[in-house]
Amino acid sequence: MGLKRLGKNLVLKNGTIIDPHHKKTIHGDVWIKDGTIAGVGGFKAPKSSETVDCSGKVITHGFCDLHVHFREPGREDKETLQTGSLAAMAGGFTRVCVMPNTNPPLDSPESINFIREKAENCPIHIHPIGAVTKSQDGNDLTEMGLMHQEGAVAFSDDGLPIQDGAMMRIALEYATLVDVPIINHAEDVCLRAEGVMHEGRISTHLGLPGNPDLAESAMVHRDLELAEFTGARLHVPHVSSAKAVHHIREMKQKNKNVTAEVTPHHIFFNDDALTSFNTHLKVAPPIRTEEDRRALIQAVKEGTIDCIATDHAPHTIEDKETTFDLASFGMIGLESCFGAVHKVLMDQEGLQLEDVIALLTAKPRAIMGFDPDLFTLGRAAEINVIDADKEWTFEREHVRSRSINSPFYGEPLKGKVELTISCGRIFSN
Amino acid sequence: MLQQKHLLGLDGYPSEDIQVIIDTAFNFREVLDRPIKKVPSLQGVTIVNLFFENSTRTRISFELAQKRLSADTVNFTASSSSLKKGESFKDTAQNIEAMKIDAVVMRHPTPGAPKHLTEFIDAIIINAGDGTHEHPTQAILDMMSLHEKFGKLKGLKVAILGDILHSRVALSNIFGLITMGAEVTLCGPPNLIPTFIHDLDVTVNYNLDEVIEWADALNVLRIQRERMGRGLVPSTREYRSMFGITQERLEHHKKEIVIMHPGPMNRGVEIDGSVADSDQAIILDQVLNGVASRMAILYLLCGGKPSEEKV
Amino acid sequence: MSNQVLMDAKAVDRSITRLSHEILERTNSPEDIVLIGIHNRGVPIASRIQAKLQEFSGVILEQGSLDITFHRDDFRERLVMPQVKGTDISFSLDGKVVILVDDVLYTGRTIRAALDELNSFGRAAKVQLAVLVDRGHRELPIKADYVGKNVPTHEGEHVSVTLKETDETDCVCLIRTKE
Repeated sequence: MGLKRLGKNLVLKNGTIIDPHHKKTIHGDVWIKDGTIAGVGGFKAPKSSETVDCSGKVITHGFCDLHVHFREPGREDKETLQTGSLAAMAGGFTRVCVMPNTNPPLDSPESINFIREKAENCPIHIHPIGAVTKSQDGNDLTEMGLMHQEGAVAFSDDGLPIQDGAMMRIALEYATLVDVPIINHAEDVCLRAEGVMHEGRISTHLGLPGNPDLAESAMVHRDLELAEFTGARLHVPHVSSAKAVHHIREMKQKNKNVTAEVTPHHIFFNDDALTSFNTHLKVAPPIRTEEDRRALIQAVKEGTIDCIATDHAPHTIEDKETTFDLASFGMIGLESCFGAVHKVLMDQEGLQLEDVIALLTAKPRAIMGFDPDLFTLGRAAEINVIDADKEWTFEREHVRSRSINSPFYGEPLKGKVELTISCGRIFSN
Repeated sequence: MLQQKHLLGLDGYPSEDIQVIIDTAFNFREVLDRPIKKVPSLQGVTIVNLFFENSTRTRISFELAQKRLSADTVNFTASSSSLKKGESFKDTAQNIEAMKIDAVVMRHPTPGAPKHLTEFIDAIIINAGDGTHEHPTQAILDMMSLHEKFGKLKGLKVAILGDILHSRVALSNIFGLITMGAEVTLCGPPNLIPTFIHDLDVTVNYNLDEVIEWADALNVLRIQRERMGRGLVPSTREYRSMFGITQERLEHHKKEIVIMHPGPMNRGVEIDGSVADSDQAIILDQVLNGVASRMAILYLLCGGKPSEEKV
Repeated sequence: MSNQVLMDAKAVDRSITRLSHEILERTNSPEDIVLIGIHNRGVPIASRIQAKLQEFSGVILEQGSLDITFHRDDFRERLVMPQVKGTDISFSLDGKVVILVDDVLYTGRTIRAALDELNSFGRAAKVQLAVLVDRGHRELPIKADYVGKNVPTHEGEHVSVTLKETDETDCVCLIRTKE
């Protein structure tokens, strides 16, 4: 259990090897030597190799999460790059992109460099996303060129929407210089007003101020049109509404530069769950109706939504254990992601395992231009071993994050990551 | 006997229990007519009034109800400036419970706060108003007053007027009246009526005259002066003209209609003083029924063995 | 279970008639008397006494009813629901001679609760108690002034009173629950 250094030779024996890049599934072994792929399928590994029996298990790429919050620098009490890495590996993730809404925000080449250097000691690959505006105040562009050189893979003011349309246009135009996506947290601040949950039937029952779906869809529509106008790359984060899906679907028919992600919680829950006033379900954008949930699932099936991203957002107990209006927005999500997504998309919706895995591996990597061919010989190993049929209930003991704010406790999930290999280390659950 | 341990709201509250509360409230109304208005039923029971929001009338009503039942009452009032980020809320509640109290009557500015309270104290909790969510005891006294006037609630036509969006009185009344088989119509400025309110089985009509023609009773809500301007209500005179229960408007209709108001009133805005003072208005009866229904609620929730099995 | 009839309808009527005469005998001023029936069956008995007293003396006495639910001494042990329109005393008791009327006097706790409740309505000059049956086994120092019939009982025995107004027939029965 836990994190260990990989031995010299490790052979994963007898598993179902799913390659989401080549779209192939074979049965066999994987040999990892000195932390790199030495053999897939047929090979001869040294007899002294450590072996792991993977019968009945799936061997596949490590997952890639385009949207996590690791709170460093500034709120190391909630999460650090190290603790976030452990949470990631526990969930099967070997590569993540961290959002810049830290304190101070990642709005300079120096801060991007800080993350990159710190990440070198982490057992997973961590890519910084730079802020769009300095201090995330929506006014002045950051030095995207220099930050990109330092390793920023995209730009976002996540947490805060770029409310000013002119600013969004400028950001998109400038970003074409470095050909990376702009990721805008699309929620019109004025329409959203004081809303703490989806405005609908349930919010009316609960007397809580509501945040209507058009606060998201109106801004998504604006961003899509600006992306088309500027020719820039746009990645729409945490899509939550059927209306936004509709706009994205239409725009994607003519613009290949648009991509979108959805979180596990937006396809797992609907707003009925909030009648308990559970603050762990307080997220931005909010969890919406069953109709919205179904539209998101449909969007995933047809490719309108490209990938899953957790929006892992750690918060302290004090931030959450309070009245609903004062609770912070967000939930952790790395450890529960695969089980939740598998349960919904495979168990309930009939997707194939290969498709679910692609949503967590090849698809997100393609958006960021990360190497998708992880079973190439000589490649540094980023591998998962998964028990795809395992029924399990998510509990506190499964959490490796420094924070514990999750609404999944007690939920029956399907499919569990057992081993994650990355950066010469192996994590076992 | 009531099925639920607490009274947090009327959403999903069983109709049989609402009827039991109303019936028992009439018994307590009789007690309030006696020369000595006291019964020993809650002797030895300690009740804390935990008010995180200012409210003199509701608190006094509860205090009177508690004292008439011979319970011991303690008041805790926190001004909203001392209400820090929820930490004092939990600590305050647990500190008070550590002093061995039986029940808490709580008013708080945030929806869900009483439900939240049930997670960390064992005492019986009665919601005296949680932000824009519910105010169940107000709805119960309103229904008791209607029952007193009409002898029934089923099939009664009740209109609720005013700022529905921000009104816990409205929401609790809607839940309670619909459960008891009454028909409810809402009337007020369109931007102050929740977009998704139709889901609650109510009708919406912005034409006040049509609503008056239809209704057996009008529950007139206070229009808060803070809502004026800010684009919500253009002005007082506009509100009075479009939605005010004025003497002229009622005279024009010439019908028997019962006028209710949860108080406090803005005389001359949502309701004319002469209307409030007229025989059609049962506003003062509501106040007395408020004490009686709160006595009934306290009696039914706190009476009997402390360990009586309730949800 | 065995059922023994102690008083049939005729016997009940004779008892109530005798009680009414006794009440008249012991007072100089029947106009000061007020009859308060204790729910349930004390109320119809009080009504009958009122009717008979009117017949014998021409005086119509004031009558009220009492629901002792809120004054019970076991309120911390069990929650009891009050009667609909239980207590109904619409006059002051100051200076009156109150005669409490009940069907069966047993432990005396009901009467104690009734005395407690009467205090809320004024200060009576005198309070007396009329019961149809006294079955003994007092747990408090309470005594009836007018008794229809004394019925000594043992544990496992129960006195059941039925009246025309509430149960179709007048009857006082002794019910023994077998061991």
